[in-house]
Amino acid sequence: MAEAGVWSTYFYPLFLTIGYILAIVVPLLLVLAFITYFERKVWAAIQLRKGPNVVGPFGLLQPVADGIKCLFKETIVPAGANRMLFVLAPMVTFSLGLIGWAVIPFDQHLVLADLNVGLLYLFAVSSLGVYGIIIAGWASNSKYAFLGALRSAAQMVSYEVSIGFVLVTVLLCVGSLNLNDIVEAQKGLWFFIPLFPMFVIYVVSALAETNRTPFDLPEAEGELVAGYQVEYSSMTWLLFMMGEYANIVLLSGLSVILFLGGWLPPFHVEPLMAVPGVVWFLLKTAVVVFFFTWTRATLPRYRYDQLMRLGWKVFLPASLAMVVIVAGALHAFDWLPR
Amino acid sequence: MTASTDLLLEYLPIVIFLGIAGVMAIAAIAGSYVLAPQRPDRDKIAAYECGFDAFEDARGRFDVRFYLVAILFIIFDLEVAYLFPWAVSFSEIGLYGFWSMIVFLGLLTIGFVYEWKKGALEWE
Repeated sequence: MAEAGVWSTYFYPLFLTIGYILAIVVPLLLVLAFITYFERKVWAAIQLRKGPNVVGPFGLLQPVADGIKCLFKETIVPAGANRMLFVLAPMVTFSLGLIGWAVIPFDQHLVLADLNVGLLYLFAVSSLGVYGIIIAGWASNSKYAFLGALRSAAQMVSYEVSIGFVLVTVLLCVGSLNLNDIVEAQKGLWFFIPLFPMFVIYVVSALAETNRTPFDLPEAEGELVAGYQVEYSSMTWLLFMMGEYANIVLLSGLSVILFLGGWLPPFHVEPLMAVPGVVWFLLKTAVVVFFFTWTRATLPRYRYDQLMRLGWKVFLPASLAMVVIVAGALHAFDWLPR
Repeated sequence: MTASTDLLLEYLPIVIFLGIAGVMAIAAIAGSYVLAPQRPDRDKIAAYECGFDAFEDARGRFDVRFYLVAILFIIFDLEVAYLFPWAVSFSEIGLYGFWSMIVFLGLLTIGFVYEWKKGALEWE
């Protein structure tokens, strides 16, 4: 009898939780693998090429082949490197890329941990992302890796601040840090319409935060030969890539939750209401990920001083001013939530 | 069950998630380490420096502006951290709460303008 009690109070919920986590992680890893394929196909279409088309039908097995290739490569740890930290860095990036998904609501209340401070948690996790990069740059003991890590860290923290102010304006309009509440507050009007300037700032900052073109300076091939990743090979490198892509998808998903109405259908009419919320959420996220891919194929790279100027002299004052304007408008026109 | 245990229990899935993510990362690196032949030699494990032997230790001096950016980041990130609870309780604190935060932001803006005029944000 006592054993049955232990089973139902501790082990059953534990296995259930592990099951939920695997139900998030396994599809997520598959998506991350196939995003690389998706991106290459999109770039190929934009540049009038064919893209990967050899491995499997339409080249669909290309990500699998890439993964297996990385698995069977030698793990090289440079002679002067700090071995422990060198191996730890990609693990940090990878784990942080995954755990952000714990609070993302895929549908109404379909979320692993429905924290009442979900948005603060996501902000914290994305801030911690800098650690993986700084550790990698320091532990490699290579000049390129070190400089790349410094540049990357400075860039990420600069845009982190603007993202913080953007989150605050959304909070002002919702009055809750819970991601479910944030989506439900958009039942009448998605936030990207009233908060359009903040939406633009968020998307551009997300590009900078994830080190994507036009802000991919840390890995600028011409000058830094891949930056903080230069000494990494095999699985350690693959974990960095997976972590980066997980972050891109996470920030895309967050933009959907903050501005594009999460799991809500675009119009409240019957055929659209019947579609499950998960489908809307994933569809909108896919559109934002496509936007990320599209910018990479279209825009040239920024110069470092332009990047810092945009972050500190344009986005920071603009987003700070918007916080004051939004707060004042909510008060003046009596639009306060609740 | 007390209220505080309930609150902590909400975070338990995240701890388990972190554990699973860590195990997956370790398994990936260890798996590759075991499966792939490891044959390090002197040139292979030398730090990359365009084909030269590394001239000196990489952990030398670096531009002080990176340090400056880090300090500015701490100030503004703390400011954002203060804004979070203010924004959540915004509908309850009224005009008094609104103007208190405006004064605080005003002070920080003065500091920001000073930094700007001093050239702390220049990267030429």
